[in-house]
Amino acid sequence: MLHTVNKSPFEKDSLNTCFRLARPGSDVLLIEDAVYAALAGSCFEPAMSEALARYSVFVLKADLEARGIDSGDLISGVRAVDYSGFVDLAVKNDTVQSWL
Amino acid sequence: MNFVVVVNEGPYQHQASYTAYRFTRSALEKGHKIMRVFFYHDGVNNGTSLTVPPQDEPQIVKQWCQLAQDRDLDLVVCVAAAQRRGIMDHREAERHELSAPNLAPGFRIAGLGQLIDASIDAERLLVFGD
Repeated sequence: MLHTVNKSPFEKDSLNTCFRLARPGSDVLLIEDAVYAALAGSCFEPAMSEALARYSVFVLKADLEARGIDSGDLISGVRAVDYSGFVDLAVKNDTVQSWL
Repeated sequence: MNFVVVVNEGPYQHQASYTAYRFTRSALEKGHKIMRVFFYHDGVNNGTSLTVPPQDEPQIVKQWCQLAQDRDLDLVVCVAAAQRRGIMDHREAERHELSAPNLAPGFRIAGLGQLIDASIDAERLLVFGD
């Protein structure tokens, strides 16, 4: 299953809830303000590192760029994808759960 | 692959409307089919023709209209959500004796059944909103 999350973990609890409930092996795509969760050195890094052991975590490149985040600033293991990659993830997974 | 896209947010709430637009455009460019884009809740505000953003800002309503025209997209605005927010086509404006219709070209007004129908037929449903 593909989970998309669009809110920063510093603003809402949706990413934490997603990490608590998603099945191991799921794909998680961070879009919009959720891309802040992938930034290395924040207090969310331990939770993200733990999640990376269970999920494939992706971030939307356009939303990183819009916020001035360089792909070198990301927690290692998080993969940046463009919109074409977003579409591919939606095709690859049978269902898409949007955490709103 | 067949997609249905649901937009629950207006163009001036946050970012979801533009994310939905970029996803839709990218899926079409990759040769996928978008069966329907359904605008629900505040998402119906994407379908007003009476919005005039400054020229140096994104023209999201116009972009949806253009994509609908170029790709023969089915853009559906939920009738009940639209009535509450003052989005009317000719027929609805006349029926409620309002001064003018304002539904943008390329959009049509219909019921929630259109979302159910499309989600039964499509292989993937993606929801964009707040």
